[in-house]
Amino acid sequence: MAASSAGIGTLLCKNINKQIEIFYPTNRRYTWCVIRRICTSISRFRCQGQIKRKSAPKELVGVVGLEVHAQIQSITKLFSGSQVRFQAPPNSLVSFFDASLPGTLPVLNRRCVEAAVMTGLALDCVINRKSLFDRKHYFYADLPAGYQITQQRRPIAVDGTLTYSHLGGTRRNTLITKSVRIKQIQLEQDSGKSLHDDRRGQTLIDLNRAGVGLMELVMEPDMSCGEEAAAAVRELQLILQALGTCQGHMDEGQLRVDANVSVHRPGDPWGVRTEVKNINSGRNLARAIDYEIQRQVGVLKNGGTVQNETRSFDRKSGHTLPMRDKEGLQDYRFMPEPNLPPLIVYDRPSTAPPCVHPSQVVVLEEVRAGLPELPRARRTRLVESYDILPEHSFTLVNEDGLTDYFEAVVKETKAGPRKVIGWVNQVLLGLLHHHSLSVSQSPVTPQMLAQLLNLQENGQISSSVAKQVFQELWRAPGKTAQQIIQEQDLGIVSNTTEIHRICQKVVDSHPDQVQAIRGGNKKVLNKLMGLVQKETKGRADPVLVRSILEEKTS
Amino acid sequence: MSVVNYTRTLQKVILNIGPRCYHRWVTTASVALRIRDSKQNFRCRLWCGLLTPVHYQYSTEGNTSKVPSVATWEPVLENQLPPAKQVPADLVDKLERLALVDFPNQEGLVCLKKAIRFADQLHVVDTEGVDPMDSVLENRALYLREDAVAEGDCADRLLQLSKDTVEEYFVAPPGNIPLPGREEC
Repeated sequence: MAASSAGIGTLLCKNINKQIEIFYPTNRRYTWCVIRRICTSISRFRCQGQIKRKSAPKELVGVVGLEVHAQIQSITKLFSGSQVRFQAPPNSLVSFFDASLPGTLPVLNRRCVEAAVMTGLALDCVINRKSLFDRKHYFYADLPAGYQITQQRRPIAVDGTLTYSHLGGTRRNTLITKSVRIKQIQLEQDSGKSLHDDRRGQTLIDLNRAGVGLMELVMEPDMSCGEEAAAAVRELQLILQALGTCQGHMDEGQLRVDANVSVHRPGDPWGVRTEVKNINSGRNLARAIDYEIQRQVGVLKNGGTVQNETRSFDRKSGHTLPMRDKEGLQDYRFMPEPNLPPLIVYDRPSTAPPCVHPSQVVVLEEVRAGLPELPRARRTRLVESYDILPEHSFTLVNEDGLTDYFEAVVKETKAGPRKVIGWVNQVLLGLLHHHSLSVSQSPVTPQMLAQLLNLQENGQISSSVAKQVFQELWRAPGKTAQQIIQEQDLGIVSNTTEIHRICQKVVDSHPDQVQAIRGGNKKVLNKLMGLVQKETKGRADPVLVRSILEEKTS
Repeated sequence: MSVVNYTRTLQKVILNIGPRCYHRWVTTASVALRIRDSKQNFRCRLWCGLLTPVHYQYSTEGNTSKVPSVATWEPVLENQLPPAKQVPADLVDKLERLALVDFPNQEGLVCLKKAIRFADQLHVVDTEGVDPMDSVLENRALYLREDAVAEGDCADRLLQLSKDTVEEYFVAPPGNIPLPGREEC
């Protein structure tokens, strides 16, 4: 911003110079004096401008980087053969290695390696053909070994990009696409779960989760607000769910996001960052980040300094609080894992050593060929095959199961995809959100909606009646659309004489509106149309009514 | 002659023969056992053992061994080492906290400094262009296990190992107990 304004200043100066030269080409000395005076006045203005700008400081903007831990969806854990399950009796899914009993060694799970490679390929990362395992040491009761096996020096994938979109703009219906760089993806072990019992002053440790494979995705701090971060995490969730590597439920702890937030003025070096933990949904992520940015701006404006600390998000109050038990900057004493040789991933089956069994080899070509349809490919496919807007396909893919619903309706109805999109995205989705239901729990099935739209296409009902019938179907899903129309006599009124009579009545009872229309104000016609529709209980064909009214009021 | 003298002479003899062939070493224990027989029998058997050397597959004749005949290592002089690093008190505190090792007194600190100085000898070695080795397994293939359940379900055996358990959970103190500060020692 500063650079561009400086550029404008010099441009202004140059333009004025040129003008002066044109005006006074003869007397060069005079020209030079004038130029100098004007230049000094302009430069003074520029300096003043800058001084003014310095006293009113540039806006502090937030810088957000995310660290995402995604639990790999596999049957067994990363380094041991015990099962991975969400809720189980405490300490029942623990093997001797997970409990860190002496004499146990780690044995890597092939499925976890494939999951990490698939995720890396889906996020356009460079897969490191040789990656190494390290130990990260810290003491805590839920880490029985005292160290966590991770990949810090050479992770399995580096340098990727996550492209995400969110609905922005003034009316929140423009698709804004951004991207964030992914620094690395690494495989690591999860720690156990600790339940704090403050009353008795103890912590209860459950090691069921200890040793489960995690993919840590470290993103560069390219984002600037909570909304972008939430959109990025949503896109990541969709990608991981499409790949099948992670189910991505943040509330179940399968996808854990920690945000690193700092504020700075554009052009200045980054400020001190704080880490925000304990976030369990996309919405809470946005709230936490926005609160933290505001808090840091407040601290800096009051003249204080931001501490480098870890804060916990309290979802009830929407505030971040400093976490207890944090002792300054941790030194993890990273050390190469001596029990695990390097992990090698091969390009093609031919590059794998011939004496090794195929089950011992992970081949990039095969993994790449097995990648399913990713969300962004799905969006472009929907836009191309159904000729809908990118914003519509974004909403379709964003909601679980909505794409299948939409495709089922389009298959069974005569109405065009654009009409169906309007119904699905606005009417159906609105009701689902209002009642906090998911698409699979919707009382109106795709077949019922398709029937309703067919009736509308055939001309048996008008569009406003169709909406009424939809509401009825929602409330009482046992009846079909046809039954409701017959019961409530909502069929379209196409009897022209009837409509003429009603229009005449309305025109007669509102002479001043008619005068206004004849005067040139066409918008009043809509009001008259509304009155006619009210008379006919919405059953009249709007196109016919409009033409009759126009004819009567001309 | 005592047992010890016997083994010493034996070692001198074998060293002088040289490393061309590998002999079965006669250990002190077997020497002690044989002493129970008559000494003459023992000497006879010993010499027989010496004169029938066992050739293993890597003993070759006519090929020089890489083990030098005279020791080649030299002690590293003090001036070759980089300057000794000071160990400030807060670094000692940090080390105690990270590694949970106690340096309670001056002797512990002196021991630490000596250990650091000993490790400084590594700086004398020129490692230009050599990749560090982190494990002797680095040329082996990493074994990849199939994703099938093979372990688990031994909660009772694991809980028996802990002194304190509450309803199948392990019990731990609430958070990390901070180490006592330097002043409190």
